[in-house]
Amino acid sequence: MATIIVVTSGKGGVGKTTTSASVSTGLAKRGFKTAVIDFDVGLRNLDLVMGCERRVVYDFVNVIQNEALLKQALIRDRHCDNLFILPASQTRDKEALNKEGVGRVLDELRDSFDYIVCDSPAGIEQGALMALYFADEAFIVTNPEVSSVRDSDRILGILQARSKRAESGSTPIKEHLLVTRYSPRRVEAGEMLSLKDVQDLLGIPLIGVIPESEVVLQASNSGVPVIHFDQSPSGQAYDDVVARFLGESRPMRFLEPERKSFLQRLFGT
Amino acid sequence: MPRSNATDTQDLFAAEPQAQQSAFELKGSVFTLSVLRIHSNELDVIEAQLAKRLEKSPQFFANAPIVVDLEAVRDISAPLDFHRFVAMLRGRHFFPVGVQNGSPSQHEAAMSAGLAVLKGRAMKDAPNVAPLINAPPDTTAEPIPPDDEPELDATLAARPTQAHNTKIIQQAVRSGQRVMARNSDLIVLAAVNAGAEIIAEGNIHVYAPLRGRALAGVSGDTHARIFCHQFEAELVAIAGNYRVFDDGPPKELRGKAVQVFLDGEQLIVAPLD
Repeated sequence: MATIIVVTSGKGGVGKTTTSASVSTGLAKRGFKTAVIDFDVGLRNLDLVMGCERRVVYDFVNVIQNEALLKQALIRDRHCDNLFILPASQTRDKEALNKEGVGRVLDELRDSFDYIVCDSPAGIEQGALMALYFADEAFIVTNPEVSSVRDSDRILGILQARSKRAESGSTPIKEHLLVTRYSPRRVEAGEMLSLKDVQDLLGIPLIGVIPESEVVLQASNSGVPVIHFDQSPSGQAYDDVVARFLGESRPMRFLEPERKSFLQRLFGT
Repeated sequence: MPRSNATDTQDLFAAEPQAQQSAFELKGSVFTLSVLRIHSNELDVIEAQLAKRLEKSPQFFANAPIVVDLEAVRDISAPLDFHRFVAMLRGRHFFPVGVQNGSPSQHEAAMSAGLAVLKGRAMKDAPNVAPLINAPPDTTAEPIPPDDEPELDATLAARPTQAHNTKIIQQAVRSGQRVMARNSDLIVLAAVNAGAEIIAEGNIHVYAPLRGRALAGVSGDTHARIFCHQFEAELVAIAGNYRVFDDGPPKELRGKAVQVFLDGEQLIVAPLD
């Protein structure tokens, strides 16, 4: 029986798709059979970040509307054998997602997978509501700035009031705070909220901090989830996140500005 | 009733709609009354036992308003003389105000003796309450045991009703959420975040940071107050008098434990210590 994870934020551009790609890859690399679903119907990003955009034939909406079988639409990842991508449709709108259809697809996936990662679109409209409705656990992706924190707060309220678990009164969704695009240097300069500020404002357990890095953009552009870049702080930070999610205890890293040594400065690395 | 926002419906209740000041106002309230449950409709028996019971503490019930519960005697067809009953109780320094759980004819008789008929909760709900006056079992009235003073308290002492309704919220109130406490106080044990709104007809307590909006006494209760542990609110209001903190609360109040109340028309935000 799979665990359903929603990666959500309210605000756009904070790193939901990057996180979905890396977390699902990290789970698959550890041997869990994982599916990652793009709920951003109409826009489509996940397949690009995962580097499988040319292999998309059928999509999530086709499956919901019984125009294709689930196994026809699932795309096997290039790097991990037990990771599958269910891409979004670019030609429909988000109203194509409904509780019955989404629930049926998730039920079908639940039997044969360990984890299902739902990549939520930005906003609090139908797509975002459907992505979080069936979730067991949630990654709240937040940038250290006021508007992102505010939107995360909003989405937490929705998780706690309008998810299936909330409606049926069962155990609430387990919430994990993931702070992304964190720049210790800018926090020190007072240009960004500190980690402590974000935690105080949202009041949910922290699962990780992903440092701001150019590698993330490079990874997205090349269609390789950043967790594969295991030499970069961002890649390592995502690996920590997955490890913590699976119960390992790892100290938080990359919270202090990098002090470059003389040699590093000399060679500009 | 606040005159400032009086509507047509509210004016219906005002004694003189054209006058500056209403001559009265109508309000609901909840009182705690003692209940005298009788198990016999023979006034002499009741009086004798009552006299004996009151010997020890004659002033205990002095002028206590009292409701007579008739449930145990409602099926006794012999009429109860309420005029005499009232006079007897007054003589014992009780102040009978009404009856409950009687038969229709008993209620009619009680009303003609100047007693109100109260819609009482059936006393069956409280089987543990010891009867004050027992119906005579056979021929003789059952003697009251000397050591039953606590029973007296249990029976005649004020039955506590819930004095105040309170709504308690344990979870953070988040941006875009609104919590409304109608007819009651509101207690929040977790943060009220920016963009959230908490509203109560009574008082508001927040034992955590208050970062959003808090509106107390929204139905016009100018005595309502807001208390919070850590004041960072965007807006506070009491009975429609509000104050916004555009640039955050003033330094001397920010993050402090404060209370908010009305002094006349003026909304005061004061530190608690």
